[in-house]
Amino acid sequence: MIVAERKTIPEMVEILKRHKKILVLGCGTCVTVCLAGGEREVSIIASALRIASKVQGLGFEVSELTIERQCDNIFIEQAAEAIEKCDAVLSTACGAGVQAIAERYPQKPVYAGLNTAFLGILEERGVWTEKCAACGDCVLDKYGGVCPITRCAKHMLNGPCGGSREDHCEIRPDRPCAWQLIYKRLKDIGQIERLETIVEPKDWSSSLSGGPRVIIREDHRV
Amino acid sequence: MGKYEPKIIAFCCHYCAYSAADLAGSSRLQYPANVRIVRTPCTGRLEIDYYMKAFENGMDGVLVAGCEEGSCHFKDGNLLAKRRVNSIRTVLAEAGIEMERLRMVNVSAAGARPLVDYIKEFVETVSNLGPIKTKETVKNTTTGAGK
Repeated sequence: MIVAERKTIPEMVEILKRHKKILVLGCGTCVTVCLAGGEREVSIIASALRIASKVQGLGFEVSELTIERQCDNIFIEQAAEAIEKCDAVLSTACGAGVQAIAERYPQKPVYAGLNTAFLGILEERGVWTEKCAACGDCVLDKYGGVCPITRCAKHMLNGPCGGSREDHCEIRPDRPCAWQLIYKRLKDIGQIERLETIVEPKDWSSSLSGGPRVIIREDHRV
Repeated sequence: MGKYEPKIIAFCCHYCAYSAADLAGSSRLQYPANVRIVRTPCTGRLEIDYYMKAFENGMDGVLVAGCEEGSCHFKDGNLLAKRRVNSIRTVLAEAGIEMERLRMVNVSAAGARPLVDYIKEFVETVSNLGPIKTKETVKNTTTGAGK
């Protein structure tokens, strides 16, 4: 899922201060699961903005709504009335959701209330970790299902780097060394010999380095 | 100008603090009338929204009184509440409200005296902080209006 984090209330106030009628628009998908921008968080953000408005005399009129998915036109329909009524939208969706709303309502200021962080999973309660860099050319098959692009601080395709300490990364000592995990995993599944093959440099043109990406499926187009 | 009389809401757990408040009454232990007690099945039941809405709707302080650590009727509801209170204090501070206005305490069902002391102490703290400082209250204080 997409993992995001709330911006601070002063940051939101700074973004919104030129407007009066504000709609805090939540998203019921990824950001709900990562507890950053779902119905519950929208309610907290809206309350905090109302309090901040009272304290600083900003005159905000804050309304709130959460739709199922902001990155999909069909679901955006449900917010049409609320968006029409407000001066500005503070979207608590990921960057894709914010832009989908902005594209659908070209005359309406739409702002991001979250910082979209990464593609990850819930590792334990309250801890989300990055697992995928969306590089567009998946190499997981070579590494026993552990991604060295995302989880090795040096993105090494032919590791390890030799700097790990006690199985942990030397750059982020709180995170496990990805290459330690790769070695263990390949050994566990009986594919340790894969490490004898030198992996060629990766073609990064399918990643963000190659410019904005698009996928066109002719079989689905109308 | 007299001492500010704050409006305070106290969320008290049914299994401890609410009984302690009841016992305080039976024992003729007085606590300030600024506090409105709301009984809750467990402090872990209190969503963050409850605290936010309390402040949004004009409360000057919110007290959360749960069981002593390790003796929650639902095992760890009070610990959940503790974490929530800590996190919401940060949000309140970001919104411009002093974090001292939200406090969690732990008392047992027999702790009438500690509860009364906590309440008195909290009322004193919030009273000293005065009303939540908004543009209007600051204006009233400086112009002398609203005294």
